[in-house]
Amino acid sequence: MTVEGPNGHPLLEVKRLKKNFPIRKGFMRREVGAVRAVDDVSFHIDRGETLSLVGESGCGKTTTARCILRAIDPTDGQILFRPTEDTVFDVAQSTRRELRRLRRDMQMIFQDPFSSLNPRFPLLEIVGEPLLVNGMRSGRERQERVEELLRLVGMRPEYMRRFPHAFSGGQRQRIGIARALALNPRLVVADEPVSALDVSVQAQILNLLLELQQKLGLTYLFVAHDLSVVKHLSDRVAVMYVGRLVEMTDRERLFNSPRHPYTEALLSSVPEPDPRRRSQRIVLEGEVANPAAPPSGCYFHPRCRYAQDVCRTDTPVWEEVAEGHWVACHRGKELELAGVRDRLPMNTAAGNSTNPATNVTPAA
Amino acid sequence: MATLAAGKRRPLLRVHNLKTYFFPDEGTVRAVDGASFEVCAGQTLGIVGESGCGKSVTARSILRIVEHPGEIVEGEIRYLHRTDGREVELDLAQVSADGREMRQIRGGEIAMIFQEPMTSFSPVHPIGSQIVEAIRLHSPLGKREARERAADLLRQVGISRAEARLNEYAYQLSGGLRQRAMIAMALSAEPRVLIADEPTTALDVTTQAQILDLLRQLQTDLGMAIILITHNLGVVAEMCDNVVVMYLGRVVEEGSVDAIFHNPKHPYTRLLLQSIPSLYSEARVPLPTISGAIPHPYNRPEGCPFHDRCPQFIPGTCDRHVPELQALDERESDQLVSCFLYHEPTDERA
Repeated sequence: MTVEGPNGHPLLEVKRLKKNFPIRKGFMRREVGAVRAVDDVSFHIDRGETLSLVGESGCGKTTTARCILRAIDPTDGQILFRPTEDTVFDVAQSTRRELRRLRRDMQMIFQDPFSSLNPRFPLLEIVGEPLLVNGMRSGRERQERVEELLRLVGMRPEYMRRFPHAFSGGQRQRIGIARALALNPRLVVADEPVSALDVSVQAQILNLLLELQQKLGLTYLFVAHDLSVVKHLSDRVAVMYVGRLVEMTDRERLFNSPRHPYTEALLSSVPEPDPRRRSQRIVLEGEVANPAAPPSGCYFHPRCRYAQDVCRTDTPVWEEVAEGHWVACHRGKELELAGVRDRLPMNTAAGNSTNPATNVTPAA
Repeated sequence: MATLAAGKRRPLLRVHNLKTYFFPDEGTVRAVDGASFEVCAGQTLGIVGESGCGKSVTARSILRIVEHPGEIVEGEIRYLHRTDGREVELDLAQVSADGREMRQIRGGEIAMIFQEPMTSFSPVHPIGSQIVEAIRLHSPLGKREARERAADLLRQVGISRAEARLNEYAYQLSGGLRQRAMIAMALSAEPRVLIADEPTTALDVTTQAQILDLLRQLQTDLGMAIILITHNLGVVAEMCDNVVVMYLGRVVEEGSVDAIFHNPKHPYTRLLLQSIPSLYSEARVPLPTISGAIPHPYNRPEGCPFHDRCPQFIPGTCDRHVPELQALDERESDQLVSCFLYHEPTDERA
């Protein structure tokens, strides 16, 4: 499967990751089945790159991220993490001691800046706590580091005596980012980092994340459902559906020449902030399959416009259809699917003018 | 004050200089501070803005369901009330909030769908009985007929096995189905105006596309006016004919959807549009941003509410005078903007 990234080994390699949650019933809480939240997922992330996991709610993207951080224990599979070129850990098998060490190198940014900061602690303690836990005993040193971190995320160091309630959502998200960066992590997992923020503040945080990545050489795993944000931040994108990856490739190919019908439908359902681009969309019928009782064959077949007999019976293989372009679809090689550039206009009245307001590049 | 010219048709609903304030113990929150707009049958008006801009309070004011300590302190809400086969213009700001007329209108002629359908349905009653209740409140149907009508409504909004679904509870339905059931209930009295407050915010994009399609379809079939309240500019561009942009309780700009997206005049509208990443914009480059954050409601800036974040701030003017919503110029009366870049201060409040 995945072997070597452009700069040697990838920072993170996830191999055949599985996470089942048991379904229990009855007085004895007997296990009667399992929800396969993550079902045989494999991918890698190179050093310094941004991989996004996208999909609808319940598709397993957050569960995958939580397994990688060992916030929950995976059922099966390997999570190979290489903090340096010569060291490799299987996070899935690591002991508690090893995890304590590893977690310095992998940190998380949370979705909700209101519930992820303790309201009883001033910033100095919120941002300084990871330093204290990891052995920085001297208060002076901690304070200096916190000052440095606050400056790094664009906040005034004088604020460190204040409590979270004094700050707006955007500022709180900056505080959360400062805390995540306190120990110089290699991998930052960001679970919906901007979806709880106001539109005018989102852009500030997106810019900050990109700037920090350049400055500190961070590697990001993004978990998000907003495809416009994903497109803006990612180098590569992996699409999940009912616990499985259905497509993974670089940003341009995923958005402009998708190979999985689910990706095509997902792209088509994003409303574009331009009334002249109102387009004919592919509206998916029905609902996301239930991961406790998924359909036969390809999980997507009941909603797929291109489904054939084989899709109803056989599980598609996760295969590389072109260099670096992975798809799990029986018809992945033959189908000609529409990307964002190929959207069909709904009313051709206002044609192909560019949008002065949104700085968009015209469709090629 | 000029409001949007909406062609030859007579507007169904005209809101003029609406002010809804909240009076908690700590002070006064001017949640809606002079909003004006209008909407015609068959049209969709979008109200956009970020949190705290007053878009939801505006909707609640129209239905007169503003909660204590909030009240409408000024302004008109002129609605063409249909009674005994005639149309009478009624100022909803003046009628009694729990009087006969308002009870006929609320949920009858003007219906509303909310963002979170889980909290809008009672968790302890089957959705069927809740829809039946709504139907019987606004029509003389008997129980059995109302139940049949409820099943028809569920079918109309694309819910399969409608009869069986009537007996289910809100928690048994998925987010998309719950929102459809909510829409069915709102449609039960054949409203002339449907207010949709963030109807797709809690939903995934694929479900959002389904719900937007449904709303569009229902509007074509039933000819109702829709007021769509959202912060999602993509949804606005997709759905609306006209758009009202709000910031801190005031309308900063108003116009046709094309004018707002392709010829925005107010610095806030422009920055808002520039700062959202799009599927077509260049990836991984810094986005233009609006500096600062939305001020706390008790800390409202003097003068133009946007002046302290505005890159085109005119010292001595924007921080002293409150701009009024005015037509851009004589000819382009369709687009209204409240900004001193386009007109001189007229008020003497310094």
